[in-house]
This record gives sequence, C-alpha cells and structure tokens, in this order.
Amino acid sequence: MVDTPFVIAGRTFASRLIVGTGKYSSHPVMAQAHAASGADMVTVAVRRVNISDRSRESLLDYIDTDRMFILPNTAGCYTADEAIRTARLGREAGLSNWVKLEVIGDERTLFPDNEALIEATRVLVREGFIVLPYTNDDPIACRKLEDAGAAAVMPLGAPIGSGLGIQNVNNMRIIREFARVPLIVDAGVGTASDAALAMELGADGVLMNTAIAGAQEPVAMADAMKHAVIAGRLAYLAGRIPKKMYATASSPVQGMVGR
Amino acid sequence: MFITLNGEPYELDEPMSIVDLLAKLAIDPRRVAVEHNLTILKRHLFGETVVHEGDCVEIVNFVGGG
Repeated sequence: MVDTPFVIAGRTFASRLIVGTGKYSSHPVMAQAHAASGADMVTVAVRRVNISDRSRESLLDYIDTDRMFILPNTAGCYTADEAIRTARLGREAGLSNWVKLEVIGDERTLFPDNEALIEATRVLVREGFIVLPYTNDDPIACRKLEDAGAAAVMPLGAPIGSGLGIQNVNNMRIIREFARVPLIVDAGVGTASDAALAMELGADGVLMNTAIAGAQEPVAMADAMKHAVIAGRLAYLAGRIPKKMYATASSPVQGMVGR
Repeated sequence: MFITLNGEPYELDEPMSIVDLLAKLAIDPRRVAVEHNLTILKRHLFGETVVHEGDCVEIVNFVGGG
C-alpha cells in the first residue's frame, strides 16, 4: 500500500518514529538503538557545558548527522521566557530553527503549562522557528497551538517516562480529527503495542525516549518500535473492521458434515 | 579578574575574546552556543566579542534528552 510521505513544515522524513538521546547506558548503545529504530529525527537537550570536566565525549560524536535530523528540546523549562531562551540557544548550537517546545507546569507529572506553551509558540513562530510543541492530550490546546503557528502538535499519550501507553484514546481520536498539521504522539509509550495503537488512531508519527532507552535490551526494543510504527500505520491506512459484540463465523455455515 | 561562567565564578588573567576563551577551555566552537551578558552570539561574532571583568557567559551544548 502506498503511503503519503511524512512531512513536517515542508521537510520529508523517511521514518514516522522519532527517538530521544537521553537515559542510555552508553553512547554506543544509543547509536546502535538509533540505527535499529530506523528513525531519521532525534531529540536532544540544551545544557551548560561542563567546564571542569572536558574529558567527557560529545553526544554528537554518536549521532550520524548526515542521516539524522537534530531536534533540540526545551525540556526542564518552567516558564515561556526560559523556553524561548533555551530555544534560541539551541538554534545557535545546532544551526537549525526547529525546536521541540516544552514548557513544564508541574515537577511530578511533567504536564505542560499550556498557557505558557501557547505564548512561547507564538513568540518563537514570529522569530521564524519551526515549533513542535509537546502538549496535553487536549483537543482545544492543540487547536490553539495550531492557531499560534505550530508546525505540528505533539500531545502526550501519558506522563513522560511513565510507560503507561495512551491514556485517553478518545481524546487522541478527536485531536486526529481536528488537526490540520501533523499529529505526533509524544511521551508515555511503554512498549510496541502502545506505539502501534498511536499509529492506528491516525497519528502521523510517534516520539519516544524512555521506552527504548530504558528497556532491558534497548537495541531490540528500538527494532520492535520500528516495526510497531510501520504496522500501526499500515493498519490505519488499511481500515480496521468495526468492533462488534457478538461473533461472526469466518468459515461457511453450509456443507457441514453429518447435517 | 573574574567573570561568571555557566553560573560559577571563573578567573581570567585579562579580557579575552570568546574564541580565545573557548580555546582556553578546549571547547570546539562549532558545537556550542554562547550567551554573553544575556545576548546570544552568532558564531561569526565569537572573534570580536570580548569578555570583561564581571561579565556573564553561558556556554551550552547538546546532551541526551527526549
């Protein structure tokens, strides 16, 4: 079955799976997981250089930047101003105007502060950024972000790193129906079926970090996620059968022996 | 003289450019972003921007994240 390409802000991606670079046991394991995932976009965080310890190897030494598009995030930012500042620094460090915008509203849940997120989106879009905001699974927040100029909407499936899978399937369906920009389920994926479900619901892509990096075998899980995203996408395009309460026989009822 | 480098006091013998500061710190200028007194510098300005006593400098790079 021929699919339409996965395009965000005019840029085409080969894979609908976007992966993180955090929490890996080592950089080589991360590089292997990235290769197994088939992803061609990775997220990174923007942090102060460790001045006293310059011996540590650079993350970028382990990312194939010819193949991978780098998406800096504003993780850990709690105000619009902080996120805007971090986005601007990320742009200078990476020389790309794309940003995964996060404005966190609460430490324990890491749920987004939607009001500040919308405000930061508006400012950064005006400055020429391609803004991909991490948001709540709220169709109205997604619509407002789109109106503010977001290049995609990235609702959470469940809290970051929770591995709970998509908690509000119905909201995700509604967001799918509303969204005129790419819909990427970001955060909350625990295992392959969660990623497949996101795609079956019609998401254009899935973004994950912990589900792969935290698995006992990250490289194998990256491979599983690659297949899950492909399978879920195909199932969405194929059009699933309706759910029914009772059985419908698959074998003919005529011609039974002895009747 | 002292500057504030990534939030900590840091001693320099004399004012120096961002390029020289990065060289002193053994940091590859192509992999970082630099903020000088709250202004984010374009890379081509690293040579002509001089850090003076009391200035605040932030040097950031990419690390693992989701």
